[in-house]
Amino acid sequence: MTEQVEQKAARLTQIRAPGRWVLPSLGIAAMPRLRTLGVSLLLSIAVLFPPLINNDGDVDAAANALSFAALALGLNIVVGFAGLLDLGYAAFFAIGAYTYGALASFQLHPAWTDFWQPFAWLGLVANLNGTVHFQVSFWLMMPLAAAIAAFFGILFGAPTLRLKGDYLAIVTLGFGEIVPIVARNSPTLTNGAQGLNGVIPPQIFGYSFGISATPYYYVGLALVVFLMFASQRLKFSRVGRAWMAIREDEIAAAAMGVNRVKFKLLAFAIGAAFAGATGTLYVAKLQTATPEMFMFPVSVMLLVMIVFGGIGNVWGVVVGALILQILQSWFLQDLSRWINALGRLVDIEWLQHVQLASSIELIFGLILVFMMLYRRQGLIPASRRVAALTTEQQTALPTRGGFDNLQGLGALDERRTGPLLEIENLTVRFGGLVALRSVALSMPAHSVLAVIGPNGSGKSTLFNAVTGLIAANEGSIRFEGEEIAGRSPHVVLERGIARTFQNLRLFPNLTVLENILIGMHARLDAGAVAALARLPRTQREEREACPTPTVDGVRSPGRWPRNRSCYCSTSPPPA
Amino acid sequence: MTDGAILLQQVINGLSLGAMYALLAIGFTMVYGILELINFAHFNVFMIGSFLGLWALEALGLSGQSRVLTGLELFGALAFAFAVAMLGSGLLGVAIERIALRPLRGIPGTTGMITTIGVSYILFNIILLGAGAESKNYPNPMPRLQWNISGAVVDLREVLIWAITLALMVGLQLFVSRTRLGKAMRATAQDSEAARMMGVDVDRVIVAAFFLGSALAGAAALIFGLYYNYTSFLIGYSAGLRAFTAAVLGGIGSVPGAMVGGVIIGLIETLGGQLIAVRWTDVIIFSILVLVLVFAPTGLFGRAAPTKS
Repeated sequence: MTEQVEQKAARLTQIRAPGRWVLPSLGIAAMPRLRTLGVSLLLSIAVLFPPLINNDGDVDAAANALSFAALALGLNIVVGFAGLLDLGYAAFFAIGAYTYGALASFQLHPAWTDFWQPFAWLGLVANLNGTVHFQVSFWLMMPLAAAIAAFFGILFGAPTLRLKGDYLAIVTLGFGEIVPIVARNSPTLTNGAQGLNGVIPPQIFGYSFGISATPYYYVGLALVVFLMFASQRLKFSRVGRAWMAIREDEIAAAAMGVNRVKFKLLAFAIGAAFAGATGTLYVAKLQTATPEMFMFPVSVMLLVMIVFGGIGNVWGVVVGALILQILQSWFLQDLSRWINALGRLVDIEWLQHVQLASSIELIFGLILVFMMLYRRQGLIPASRRVAALTTEQQTALPTRGGFDNLQGLGALDERRTGPLLEIENLTVRFGGLVALRSVALSMPAHSVLAVIGPNGSGKSTLFNAVTGLIAANEGSIRFEGEEIAGRSPHVVLERGIARTFQNLRLFPNLTVLENILIGMHARLDAGAVAALARLPRTQREEREACPTPTVDGVRSPGRWPRNRSCYCSTSPPPA
Repeated sequence: MTDGAILLQQVINGLSLGAMYALLAIGFTMVYGILELINFAHFNVFMIGSFLGLWALEALGLSGQSRVLTGLELFGALAFAFAVAMLGSGLLGVAIERIALRPLRGIPGTTGMITTIGVSYILFNIILLGAGAESKNYPNPMPRLQWNISGAVVDLREVLIWAITLALMVGLQLFVSRTRLGKAMRATAQDSEAARMMGVDVDRVIVAAFFLGSALAGAAALIFGLYYNYTSFLIGYSAGLRAFTAAVLGGIGSVPGAMVGGVIIGLIETLGGQLIAVRWTDVIIFSILVLVLVFAPTGLFGRAAPTKS
């Protein structure tokens, strides 16, 4: 047992301790001004890249790299933030691609009837020699494809909700296999294995993107920048905290009031939407799509990218995607050429034909195994640096009453009579074992009730049943006169009963502040849209939720929690 | 052939495929039963097994359809090829466990599974780089001996496949149910903590599970080669996923379940291809995988609630 505890402790320190070779970008992150400077510099380089490099082939490779970075960002929402391992993510990429491919190409051409006339006025279709030519604008299709992919994200995500990690991965893998096969077997919609023909290139103000890679590069860049921004906003919001809580400990997240179903589906939907939007860009650039572009290896490649860069870290997954794409498009080909030249020089037949580009999957495999064995947090770890406490902070004592903003807890009506919590005939069975048999209990308001019993007498089972973590077989539980038996944990928590755990179930990869704020989850209401827009109302909500330290009895001004600045709330020791 | 004969023929084909899937599924089920790990490396241990079998047959001077063996010679050649494929695959499985998976033992979540995807990719590419991308002819040393059963044809190869599979299954069942190590395996699968406390060397049990599962994958691989008369670096994924579906369908963790599941998947593949369309068989099989996992995760023979939370 002690060995296990030690192992666990070692694991925890491993999770928390930053790697010894942390990249300097983390240091940049700590200093807002330097970070702004660094980001602007990176962005300028990215914007100037096409005119500087002045080579369409390289710009094309860069545009592809950006597409995969966008996909990696989407997968990161599902796998990195919410911890749901999706092995069929390329399916959503396919859905986005084929949505655009079908509605902006010569693929579908029903006969022209008057039905289509209103659509023609809107510019969505054209009458082409008596057949309908779909030509929906790329700019309209991008959000539409994202929405359709999001719908499929929910559709494929819903069946997996109750499954645990590896089963979930297999079910997503199954969907990931089914989608390209259906695409291949539905030639009217997709032209099957031959691929879509005549996908329309996007136009902007009458200028057609055509086949030059540069405009696609800029759209890709804009998309990646937007998705990074969206990812960061989501991550450091009520939504992101809920996802990460689910990832770290589902049970504890539920006990903190997180609606697991809703937030898991939200992660699937948003992750899929990223892929759907990217799919439109990719198919517009390539001007065709074949089912082979969306098979299992693509999903694995995206997984390798985020594992390599740092699961859960927005910068990390982009860097991972870009590095692996650059490796694939440039470095390996150059290296192959050098080796082939060397082979000709020393006259070794074998070396003249080495094609390293085909061994990229070997490198992917090595990266996965190496990262899992030696550096699970990736190149740029998602977990925050552990800030050493100053002596003053270490000696500080937490004070009661420092936080005056517990507005979520409504005061109990002083005049209320009758029991607050009433349990009748509560029975819980695990197979043949009856853990609770006809438990009855009544708890008046303004009272403290202790449940005492030996090990295995069912105390925890009672608490779990009351808080909805396990379902009771029989009986009723009424809180303030309302039946709560059979309700989800987050509903029970919203009613006003919270579960704590004997062995504290903190979320180890969340900051102290985030651990505290998770407890406020049910009392806040910012959703994904609010988190993205970060409206004044949302900012105020977060600010007020943040426990703010009191120094000498004076509240220091609350502030929006900066991205990575975890600060412990402490007050100086009493004199 | 009449419709009935065609169906009967497809049942016969399905049984042969099913035998192969069953052997392959056992590897998934044994490792999952003990470690709760979905082992993607198993796909390509199978693929490498088929190459080991091929090389063993070639070492005996058999290649293509050149030579037909009979009697003791045939028996000896097959025994040698099976021994090489099974032993080689078994050792490969043990090496994978030792190098890539043991250091990760006890880490919760999907770390182990991601690692096995990586290992699978590595194995795949080693063969791609070492043996080339083109598919290889598999020697068929068996004499053309056929029996006609109401219009359908059974040949010696199929009878041998069934006999070998049956023998391996019975052997495995005896091992698991009668030997001390087999008992330790069953105990570990049910509760590794308790087994450890009872003095079971869990590491040894895990090594044994990887060895047996991988060796059976090697046998399945040789059967694949003899049945389809080819092998290539690509065969692992689709056969592996079908076998995994078989394991899930039978109830992952259950050895008899894997056997039954394998036969069912084999029959679905051939009969589905016959009655619906070959291009939809994959969709049917993956739909079964999804539906079983979602609605009946314990499968046909699985234990209820295998979760350890």
